[in-house]
Amino acid sequence: MNNQVNAETELQDQELIQKFLKDTTLFLGPDPEIMRDHSIMPRTEKEEECMGKYTDLNQISSIRDRLQSACEEGFEMVEQMGAAPGAKWGDIITGIYSASGDLTIGSAGGVLIFSALVHHPIKFIIKNWIEEKTVGVREGDGFIHNDSRYGNVHNTDQSMILPVFHEGKLICWVASTVHEGENGAIEPGGMPSMAETSFDEGLKMSPFKVVENYEIKKDILTFLQNSVREPKLQYEDMKVKLFACMRLEKRIKEVFETDGPDALTACLRYTNESVVTEVRRRISEWPDMTVRTHVIMDSTLRENALIKMNLTLKKKGDRLIFDFAGTSPEITNRAINTQLPGMKGMVGQAFMNHIWPDLPRGQAGLSPVEFETVPGTIVDCSYAAPNSQSLMSIFQSFTVAQHATAKMLYSCPEKYTRVLAPWHNMINTFIWGGVNQHGETLGNLCADLNGMGGGARMDRDGEHALSPIFATMADIGEQEMNEEEVPFLQLVSKKMTMNTQAPGKYRGGMGYTQIAATKDSDQWGFMTTCVGSKTPSIQGLFGGYAAGTIPLCKISDVDVYDVLLKEPERFKHSIPELMNEEPFENACYSTHHLGLGFDISKRGELYMISQGSGGGYGDPLERDPSLVIMDIEESLISADWAKKLYKVVFDDETLAVDEEATKQLRADYREQRKKQGVPYAEFVKAHVKDTPPENIPFYGSWNGENDSVYCGSVNDKRDAQSPGPIYMTHPKDVRISELEAELEAVRKQAGIPSQDTRK
Amino acid sequence: MKVLMTEYLRIDLDTENWECRVCEHVVGSARGNYKEGLLAYKRDPADIHPSIIDPDKYKFTFCPDKDWVSIYEFYCPSCGTQMEVEYTFPGHEPLFDMEVDVDALKEQWSHREEILEPVTGPNVLVDRTHGHNH
Repeated sequence: MNNQVNAETELQDQELIQKFLKDTTLFLGPDPEIMRDHSIMPRTEKEEECMGKYTDLNQISSIRDRLQSACEEGFEMVEQMGAAPGAKWGDIITGIYSASGDLTIGSAGGVLIFSALVHHPIKFIIKNWIEEKTVGVREGDGFIHNDSRYGNVHNTDQSMILPVFHEGKLICWVASTVHEGENGAIEPGGMPSMAETSFDEGLKMSPFKVVENYEIKKDILTFLQNSVREPKLQYEDMKVKLFACMRLEKRIKEVFETDGPDALTACLRYTNESVVTEVRRRISEWPDMTVRTHVIMDSTLRENALIKMNLTLKKKGDRLIFDFAGTSPEITNRAINTQLPGMKGMVGQAFMNHIWPDLPRGQAGLSPVEFETVPGTIVDCSYAAPNSQSLMSIFQSFTVAQHATAKMLYSCPEKYTRVLAPWHNMINTFIWGGVNQHGETLGNLCADLNGMGGGARMDRDGEHALSPIFATMADIGEQEMNEEEVPFLQLVSKKMTMNTQAPGKYRGGMGYTQIAATKDSDQWGFMTTCVGSKTPSIQGLFGGYAAGTIPLCKISDVDVYDVLLKEPERFKHSIPELMNEEPFENACYSTHHLGLGFDISKRGELYMISQGSGGGYGDPLERDPSLVIMDIEESLISADWAKKLYKVVFDDETLAVDEEATKQLRADYREQRKKQGVPYAEFVKAHVKDTPPENIPFYGSWNGENDSVYCGSVNDKRDAQSPGPIYMTHPKDVRISELEAELEAVRKQAGIPSQDTRK
Repeated sequence: MKVLMTEYLRIDLDTENWECRVCEHVVGSARGNYKEGLLAYKRDPADIHPSIIDPDKYKFTFCPDKDWVSIYEFYCPSCGTQMEVEYTFPGHEPLFDMEVDVDALKEQWSHREEILEPVTGPNVLVDRTHGHNH
């Protein structure tokens, strides 16, 4: 009896302590319990009850179809009405979440990773705001959110989240997310590469209430508008997302009327659980094996460096484990890190877009997949590290996932899509900002980021400029429409960049040239934010190559609009012609890596980049000669380069292929390979080193020894489990030091003493 | 029974060997790294990715920087087919990219029919009955 009393007293004490701690919490920061868990929540008693009541799968299916239609309707509303370029060109999504916060259905169009991460802020709201007397969650409320530390890709994406009630009971949630662009960061456009701390990244909203009784609270709205460079866009898109969510709520309430709220609850739970079951079955069909791959990030966007994204993908039975051991530690004062959920969401996107696109687009598709990461690495960064350019590392995690899974999928007797080489993975576009021709302050980007080249497939070439890796259906925009709002022209656009394809039996889909020049503003500038100017950012597949690298080319000290007026024949329509022929006298021609910080442009100066190509598939010697000729005819590849790469013999004038000569040339080249290739052991002895290159900063593990990582120098090797922070020196300080050293050397040589030698 | 593992490699479950799908050459034990049975070559990136702007004038030219990235090519020693290409850090060891649990593979395929041609997956059929059709 005494023991029972003691136990009860102990329990009461514990509850009291927990209540005290909860009531006196000084800061509700990101909650690791929520943030590190990507799986669906356990089945609740209510869900159990509802699933017992509603067992007719036809009814469940019918409700699911209606909810899917509602998501598509919401998507259309946002796309048609949204003000942000991202909204207009499909960088948006709408979704429906269970009462516990699990994403169950996302719109078919748009960016699934947005929705796949919103379950985190919803779970934060459930855990902290429902019972909180100063906040509460009631019908007609709406919550805003953008901080990746609470579940997001980066804080340029804003979500509106609404709870859906029936007779006072919370049944589910709806949300809409848009890549808004501007967020008040130190550079315009919402993705500052100059950010060195999270405080440089602009507005960071943990989930909070901005809507009551279906109306946006004006006091908070005004604060938010003052926090960004595009106040009108902030308001307009908050309204658009709210009304899309309200439309979703309306459609859900129609289901309440026809089938009842319990049927909807059963539908959401059945959907998620059956997807988990199906995913486990599909994983079981893959061979048990381990696949290893890595890709190279060649830049922090501020300086060039070799940064490793390393993946060991392990499959056993129905378990699939993404192990990122050996990946670079976080760079603590560079913006290219990602929060763990962002990386997971992007891997989920690989599955939903490219491996199992037939499954409902929800969180359950990734739920059974396991992840192993080390906190403090570039894929699982600390809360202090900036991540506004998380796309750099997130996209690399997508690529290693896509590359590794392809090697597991090939043998499967049942496939749901083609095995394909990695997609191009960088946002080769112009981010822009300033004051436009109408006197309005803007900060955003060109939708050309959506024109990434597709990876080659196992039976056909990749598609050109098809879609971004983060959305299957998105648009690259109408340049003429953009020009109504922005003071620059794309003088060349949507023209494929010749000789940049990723070769293979099937080549990757290619990217196109973009040449921009400011025209109607004295306060306008551009940024570009990509890795891949020194090293390719993807891999090819099964003997196919990756694509090459892409620089930023600039021509300054010229007003090309004057040239076009006076001597239009001087203007050329390709980067090689403009850069190699240098047609403008006294102009300055230069090349840079694609991490261009915000750069104020003068009228008529040219900024030139290209979208990238997806990876190639298979041995280029197996490429059908007729496909090679077709590429020449379409100006995708020059005749001389096609001959060199693909060993095809053809008539230079008629392009008629000499089949026999081609066959012989290819046979000869196979023999040449056998002569130039050396046995593996000999190759390793000749080319493999014990340490990374000494003269290039390298970050990550070396030669598969994943217990330790290099942190920028062969002399800085750390424990991979606790690498600690890495702070890089400002590139301008590096340059100043270099110039000071040069100056000192010159002074010494010339016998000129320093002007001031005091210490 | 033989299992098609990549575009150019298969595993013979009876002999437990990697084989070339083009010329039948036995590459090596399926329990090991198939690359150890191939020929390897370090390719100059400029052979594959041309400098489309003048490398004598410019630092960045669309061609990868060979001091920053190496391209490893792997060939079948019998027929010269290029089975794999790896973009890697200069001096890094080639990856043991496919480590197969052969016993599990045998068990898995003991319940399956042998497949002689790779399965590509469903075709996407374009509906030409609506919209522009010219």
